[in-house]
Amino acid sequence: MTQLSTIAFLVENKPGVLFKVSNLFRRRGYNIESISVGPIEDSDLARMTVSVFADSRELNQIVEQLDKMVDVVKIKRLDPMRSIMREMLLVKLDTSDPMAREETLRHVNSFHGLILHIDPDSIIAEITGEPAAIDEFIEKTRSIGIEELSRTGVTALEKGGLKL
Amino acid sequence: MVEMSGAKAFVEALEREGVETLFGVTGGAVLPICDELWNSDLRFVMARHEQGASHMADGFARASGRAGVCLATSGPGATNLVTGIATANIDSSPVVAFTGQVPLSMVGTDAFQEVDIIGITASATKYNIQVRRPSEIPPAVKSAFYIASTGRQGAVLVDLPKDTQIDIEEMEFPEKVSFRGYELNPEPNPREIDWASTLLSKAQRPVIMAGGGIIAANASEELIKLADMLVAPVATTLMGKGAVPSDHPLFAGLCGMHGTGEANMLVTDADVLLVVGSRMSDRTTARLEDFSPGAKVIHIDIDKSEVDKNVETVTRVIGDAKLALGGILERLSKMAVDRKTNGVWLKKMEKFREQYAPPDLSENPHMRAPAVMKSLRKALPRDALVTTEVGQNQMWAALYFDAYAPRTFFSSGGLGTMGWGFPAAIGAKAAKPDLPVVDIAGDGSFGMTENNLATCVEEDLPVVVVILNNRMLGMVAQWQRLFYGRRYMAVELGKTPDFVKLAEAYGAVGVRPENLEEFERAVKTAVDDNVTTVIDVMIDPEENVFPMVPPGKGLKDILVEAD
Repeated sequence: MTQLSTIAFLVENKPGVLFKVSNLFRRRGYNIESISVGPIEDSDLARMTVSVFADSRELNQIVEQLDKMVDVVKIKRLDPMRSIMREMLLVKLDTSDPMAREETLRHVNSFHGLILHIDPDSIIAEITGEPAAIDEFIEKTRSIGIEELSRTGVTALEKGGLKL
Repeated sequence: MVEMSGAKAFVEALEREGVETLFGVTGGAVLPICDELWNSDLRFVMARHEQGASHMADGFARASGRAGVCLATSGPGATNLVTGIATANIDSSPVVAFTGQVPLSMVGTDAFQEVDIIGITASATKYNIQVRRPSEIPPAVKSAFYIASTGRQGAVLVDLPKDTQIDIEEMEFPEKVSFRGYELNPEPNPREIDWASTLLSKAQRPVIMAGGGIIAANASEELIKLADMLVAPVATTLMGKGAVPSDHPLFAGLCGMHGTGEANMLVTDADVLLVVGSRMSDRTTARLEDFSPGAKVIHIDIDKSEVDKNVETVTRVIGDAKLALGGILERLSKMAVDRKTNGVWLKKMEKFREQYAPPDLSENPHMRAPAVMKSLRKALPRDALVTTEVGQNQMWAALYFDAYAPRTFFSSGGLGTMGWGFPAAIGAKAAKPDLPVVDIAGDGSFGMTENNLATCVEEDLPVVVVILNNRMLGMVAQWQRLFYGRRYMAVELGKTPDFVKLAEAYGAVGVRPENLEEFERAVKTAVDDNVTTVIDVMIDPEENVFPMVPPGKGLKDILVEAD
């Protein structure tokens, strides 16, 4: 059964590594749903978080094939029950209509979001949450009129003593 | 620390790796390196096309067990290497390829003879790297050899921008390199050894499938001991040919699309199948649903991503095949192994062997390919090295040419690269100059890299080419004959070239024997005289390779003749 899974891994933080990782997904026909990358503290490693639609066998292969790469230092499949997963959304909503503006503020508040910028005709908001919450926010504000949006992709940490 | 140019450091780094021979074609972006080679004792074998150089390095690696090295210039030189790099990598052959590159300041500007070889070879190498400054060259060379020749071996490419070859820097030559993301774990887990041993000890109908990993790990001795102890027939993949001597009583032959009836039926009927060092490719397993359906599969591999990739296993042993098999042998020797049913299983093996015995062709007046293979075996010493091209010639060689030892039979298994066998034979000859080396070829395949005859003659690397000449791209023609209503599209090669004259044009010997007796004599003469010889054997264009499992069918659906 295909489902959305999240993999976190540490890679050498040097040119070409992101290309090689994404090239591996392309070459083996895996579909990346989202990918986020950033350097980690006091180190020349970067942490990547990839979410991908796969069945369990395919997911196994993805992890094994990534693990085999020389530039991949550590890799783990994240258990959603034991991890905190977050994604950030920046969205620009058409608020030329005062009703739309009011509705926007209401939704942003109920998702504990931030209003980052207000123009006469639009609002830029920031929402952080689990990917499903982001999906929900987008669904709810679609009727207001989304002019543009950008999602960061999932980033995640394991709870308690668990560590990559 | 010493100051020197990148090119000088490069040559010194190669020497420190124990390299004596490199195969290549020169060009503008490797001029500084070539100039340093002038000062060194390294042998530079000039190929006539970079593809040839890459296959030579591959043949060298497979024959010697040490990394083979090839060198090409930037741009087209680099892209011409790609086929050979991909061929070596998929067959886990340790090849280190070096390419020149335009100077760093010009990288990315679409300069003359610039190509993104790192991008192009990213998915066809085990690892690749572009050097960014001269002092990175010694560690890059060290890393390339280390990664190519450890773990599951493969191809590594190092891209050398021209200015990094020219510029002078302080150099340090590391004795060792390590990577946080590349740890070697050859030692198998004892628990996995226990599980595998327990399963094997209870097997009623055990079969061993020997892949190329046996040869890479030098594990033939352990494999044969285990087969003898379990009284388990051994089927091999194409890459595993030679892992067990063809005349060993438990040798069942090649398994797969062109496997022997015996091997395919035994694998189908097994209750425990021990796979060692194999990718379990589609050519080996045929239809997966029908592959060894009643067997508990145990998979030993150094590369854990291969386990459960295609065939689901019951248990695995991750590690070096020699250590794993050694561990299982030791464990089994302390267990009561039930071999009561051996008689029944061996009788079945004999039954399959008789049922699928190839027809006796010795009385046939025509030069039939299987008979040519048998004659070739008779004419060659036991330790001769043989490469094949790809297609019918390859399958005839795999089925009918007996190999007696590891590292004596070489073929492009994974990529199926036509034109591979001849340059690979040249590389093998460079590695083992005292042994006769024969390329079993088809006329189509040989035509793809025949220009390397110049290298054989000029570099004094004599090999024998046996062309099974059917004036056809024979394997494709066979499929068109069997599955496409004999519509021969784009497979007929016509009468040209005359391979005898072609050989002579290059200063080699060309012979066209009329019968098997003349053929054997020609082979013996070529081997005794140690001169490059092309033996053009005219065979029937209608001849098919059998047995064959039609595409999409299971291992047991064996065709032995055209309906």
